[in-house]
Amino acid sequence: MTSLFLINILLALAWAAVTGNFSEINLGFGLVLGFFALYLIREQVGTTAYFRRIRQALGLALLFIYELILSAWRVAVIVIQPKIELEPGIIAYPLTVDRDFEITMLANLITLTPGTLSVDVSDDRKTLYIHCIDVPDPQATIDDIKNGFERKILEVFR
Amino acid sequence: MTAVVAIITGIMLIIGALFALIASIGLLRLKDVYMRTHAASKAGTLGSGLMLLALALYAGDASVVTRAIAGVVFFLLTAPIAAHLLAKAAYEAGYQPCADTKIDALKETLPRKS
Repeated sequence: MTSLFLINILLALAWAAVTGNFSEINLGFGLVLGFFALYLIREQVGTTAYFRRIRQALGLALLFIYELILSAWRVAVIVIQPKIELEPGIIAYPLTVDRDFEITMLANLITLTPGTLSVDVSDDRKTLYIHCIDVPDPQATIDDIKNGFERKILEVFR
Repeated sequence: MTAVVAIITGIMLIIGALFALIASIGLLRLKDVYMRTHAASKAGTLGSGLMLLALALYAGDASVVTRAIAGVVFFLLTAPIAAHLLAKAAYEAGYQPCADTKIDALKETLPRKS
């Protein structure tokens, strides 16, 4: 996975060296060309996984941006209401991911999504404490995160 | 073409500024530090991100575009971490969530200093 990405970057540098132009646009074009060249030989060198990972990572990024816009919108709706009626609370979320890197990623994604903010991780790395701006039903919120972000993260990094 | 770009840039700037405004109204109106962090970290990030993207669109110069996009990426990276650390620090310092708070799962695990 990582080594293929490095090869991709090397191909981009080679393209820039051959064309004698190291501007950002040409490097970006070289990256796309290298990606395409690697894509052509994906069957022979067995790198289909690389492209599946890239697609899943892009999907995660898109989901992230979509959720960010949604959450900003929801905060906006809450804030401009004449009377703010909310039921905030701190819920305990049982973690499935267990590597530090994945927990960090999940915590960051949770913070930027509608109505949730990660506050703390328990010492044994099993529970994430999340502050919700409005939780009529804690279990529904937990299920949402389980089926959305956590599954995507598992898909991309496992 | 330049007119279209200028119009899109203008719209993005206005929406971005509106979200920044909403974030600051949220800081004033919400009840405790945790809820305020919600407003600042989400609406604020989207607002400033949109305004930086408007700059990237308007500049049309590769060096400005890459720097603006790097700015957006760093906003997305740092805003949640800052929000998380603020909330954690506030909780550990003994700041009580406001009276409306329904459940507090952290209560049993963290000894409060207050």
